[in-house]
Amino acid sequence: MERDVLDVRVWRGGADGAFQSFEVPRHPSQTVLDVVTYIQRSLDPTLAYRFACRVGMCGSCAMTVNGVARWTCRTHVDKVSEGGALSVAPLRNLPVIRDLVTDMREFFDKWAAARGSFTGRRTRADDFEAVRPDSPDRVRADAGIECIGCAVCYSSCEVVSWNPAYLGPAALNRAWTLVCDERDAGKAERLRAVAGDAGCHACHTHLSCTARCPKHIAPTAGISGLKRAVLRAAMKGEL
Amino acid sequence: MRARIETWLWIAQRASAVVLAFCVVVHLATIVHAVQGGLSAAEILARTRGNGAWLAFYSLFVLAAAVHAPIGLRSVLGEWLGWRGRSRGVFVFLFGAMMAAMGLRAAMAVFG
Repeated sequence: MERDVLDVRVWRGGADGAFQSFEVPRHPSQTVLDVVTYIQRSLDPTLAYRFACRVGMCGSCAMTVNGVARWTCRTHVDKVSEGGALSVAPLRNLPVIRDLVTDMREFFDKWAAARGSFTGRRTRADDFEAVRPDSPDRVRADAGIECIGCAVCYSSCEVVSWNPAYLGPAALNRAWTLVCDERDAGKAERLRAVAGDAGCHACHTHLSCTARCPKHIAPTAGISGLKRAVLRAAMKGEL
Repeated sequence: MRARIETWLWIAQRASAVVLAFCVVVHLATIVHAVQGGLSAAEILARTRGNGAWLAFYSLFVLAAAVHAPIGLRSVLGEWLGWRGRSRGVFVFLFGAMMAAMGLRAAMAVFG
């Protein structure tokens, strides 16, 4: 028989903070976000955390739950609690601002450093550029394009923890979807940006990003695609 | 420039790995064959002395290892010790040169 109370340890403070324990009533279909919200609304209003949509669309509520990075809104307590115990901490590999809130700047700055923005060839005076939905490049881009930037992959990546300059799975996945975009004009510059020790060549293919992505994207496959694209560019002298 | 160097280091490591995969299989098969009925220095030297094919094979093996290992060591030093920059490059280059010199010396020693 499960207890009707959860023992919840929540990270408080900054990087040098500590866990604080709370007792939270258990409910059917309760999510980890429900638990954190209960603590803030009923037990300690000073608890800082982020959320917005509550339905797995915005990617803002990711935290480390019992040691694993997850979307708290889509994680049922029943699936992750260990004997009625739960630990909730901020995402790893990002600076902690306070409690469960991390500073996401470096995560998004790396998307920009990986040339994660589309560079078009046409102007508004031109007609739409048609892309066949079944073209091989479009199919490859489709596999990675649903990323919502929650940073679960970045937080789960061992290489980021060893090499803070590493662009990380999300930024490289974004770069890969643009390399596969036949309308994009910035490919050579992008391949230069993602090659090397801080880019795709640093990946150890541990597959933690792929295992943890809540959208079931495989950034590891995209990173392998980038390695092949960079290799081709190097062979042609275009790097 | 940096992207190009890093990429060619990566290519060199993968290409040397292909050579090493072949060399290691030949090397292991030779060991299994050589230990049948005992192993002696005289038997090894009888096979390698004056044999240009074995010298070429083991020289290739040594050079592939001398390319492959320093590039891997470079990543280990960067990730585990945070050692990056020019000094790391000089260190792993010297490490590779030492591997090549010692390995080629050993290959020559059993040839001549």
